[in-house]
Amino acid sequence: MAVRRLAEKQPASFEFTKENLDWAKKQIAKYPEGRQASAVIPLLWRAQEQHGGWLPEPAIRHVAEMLGMARIRVLEVATFYTMFNLEPVGKYFVQLCGTTPCMLRGAEDLKKVCKKRIGDEHHVTKDGNFSWLEVECLGACVNAPMVQINYDYYEDLTPASFEKLLDDLAAGKNPKPGPQVDRQFSAPQGGLTTLTEVGEKK
Amino acid sequence: MLADKDRIFQNLYGQHDWGLEGARKRGAWDGTKGILEKGRDWIINEMKNSGLRGRGGAGFPTGLKWSFMPKQSDGRPHYLIVNADESEPGTCKDREIMRHDPHLLIEGCLIAGFAMGANAGYIYIRGEYIREREVLQAAIDQAYDAKLIGKNACGSGFDFDLYVHHGAGAYICGEETALLESLEGKKGLPRLKPPFPANVGLYGCPSTVNNVESIAVAPDILRRGAAWFAGFGRPNNAGTKLFCISGHVNNPCNVEEAMSIPFRELIDRHCGGVRGGWDNLLACIPGGSSVPVVPAKQIIDCPMDFDALKELKSGLGTAAVIVMDKSTDIVRAIARISYFYKHESCGQCTPCREGTGWMWRVLNRMAEGRAHKKEIDLLLDVANQVEGHTICALGDAAAWPVQGLIRHFRHEIEQRIDAYSAHPHSDSVRVAAE
Repeated sequence: MAVRRLAEKQPASFEFTKENLDWAKKQIAKYPEGRQASAVIPLLWRAQEQHGGWLPEPAIRHVAEMLGMARIRVLEVATFYTMFNLEPVGKYFVQLCGTTPCMLRGAEDLKKVCKKRIGDEHHVTKDGNFSWLEVECLGACVNAPMVQINYDYYEDLTPASFEKLLDDLAAGKNPKPGPQVDRQFSAPQGGLTTLTEVGEKK
Repeated sequence: MLADKDRIFQNLYGQHDWGLEGARKRGAWDGTKGILEKGRDWIINEMKNSGLRGRGGAGFPTGLKWSFMPKQSDGRPHYLIVNADESEPGTCKDREIMRHDPHLLIEGCLIAGFAMGANAGYIYIRGEYIREREVLQAAIDQAYDAKLIGKNACGSGFDFDLYVHHGAGAYICGEETALLESLEGKKGLPRLKPPFPANVGLYGCPSTVNNVESIAVAPDILRRGAAWFAGFGRPNNAGTKLFCISGHVNNPCNVEEAMSIPFRELIDRHCGGVRGGWDNLLACIPGGSSVPVVPAKQIIDCPMDFDALKELKSGLGTAAVIVMDKSTDIVRAIARISYFYKHESCGQCTPCREGTGWMWRVLNRMAEGRAHKKEIDLLLDVANQVEGHTICALGDAAAWPVQGLIRHFRHEIEQRIDAYSAHPHSDSVRVAAE
């Protein structure tokens, strides 16, 4: 278990934009009548997206009201699931996988890069650009070590390529997600060993 | 070696179009209506005969699982739930299916839903797989537009709706009843069984939870025949399987191979061998972080399947093969796995909530040698007391790596304790009360 608490400084209020409200209604419709609580994770996630990457307390209340749930039930969900950031994060939020398969291939060196470039975990850089967190297995183990930055995975990293990635992001460029070495997704580097006879090409 | 024509996941590496047109060229959605017309009993029987064992880690026969659903509805709807909460460290195969071959999964959902009388299915995908979710949803939209799912799916007269639902970062939601709780909008705390989901599952209705790979291989099994699938691997370990090979091999990769392929062949053929050569192999975790580690000399010629690895007191799990060479600090590697379970314990059962943290703290000290030798047995005792004493298998999964470490690498821990105590230290060595 991880101890997770709400941030001390909270905005006064939160409301979904019209667009997100319409989207939320469609989400709720995915579930049978009376089961609208099922939409709680998607709605909280959308609230976090709308609020610049972290989930404030008024949003938890707002979602509880929308779904007819007790506030404590939604607060439980927000504190249980670790992808809900309960405090502000950087514009580029680096989630660094530190679990054993990534550790075996150098995740600890990437952690040093984070500490040097960004600071301690949870710390947001002065320009608001970066913060980082060591997270548990992100499910890209054959492309280890890797990080997730916002929506994208950056894989097969070295300290040098990771630094370059951070440089590119800081410079406002759009680095290419996926493997940062010459490799087709999770295929072995250096040439295919299977699926060489599959005819149809893109 | 498995021939390319016998590989189910023809677009594993995303070289081709993941969309409906590309999927159809590779054989997906071919004769689906005909499969449904053969009826529920035929489908379930064929799945049983194929010998497919669930690909999510436990290896329970898929056809048998489907047969547990009530034959007639008592008025409650039936649900198919696909477990796409892939989070077991080492495992990254379902991700490839969802982003590169999503139509195999969608077609499988229709067939499985039909076979268990479920008119609705939910795919529960882990929250971090955001891009994968986008592709999967786009593929589902294509399938609706082509009338392959939805009302009168494939012209079969059967209605089937399929929804994507996502989590938000909780390994425990890969446990089937925790997944159901999460899908109902609650914390992912596993439920006591019985009642089993086939009787009381999602919203209290009959439900079956299957892994992505188990569902995605179903259409090909039914198209090509149970005997074709059963022809790969040793008896009771049938089929083709996605292996995820990570760690200290020259070229880590995902690959679809025949079950029971020997470890050495798997690594040499697809991964360019062990880093530094075979003499440099220390150990392997053959089925994801939950299964006990196996030392080099036992694993090298072992067939990679459920039964052979069980004989080595380990398991095939999700076939996530984590290879470790001699540069590995094995105690720290396992301690990091213990940290994972500490982090992911839902906190519901005391042995797991308290035990996972305790085991991690003790292992961390042992990695430095800052421990007493008698604590090794104490640690083993605690691991044994966590195992089997919790509602779900996370407690077991946290205990097994520790048990495996002590079984095979006790000497390593002892050496560290000796090395540490050989030098005078200012702080006295602590005893486990933690």
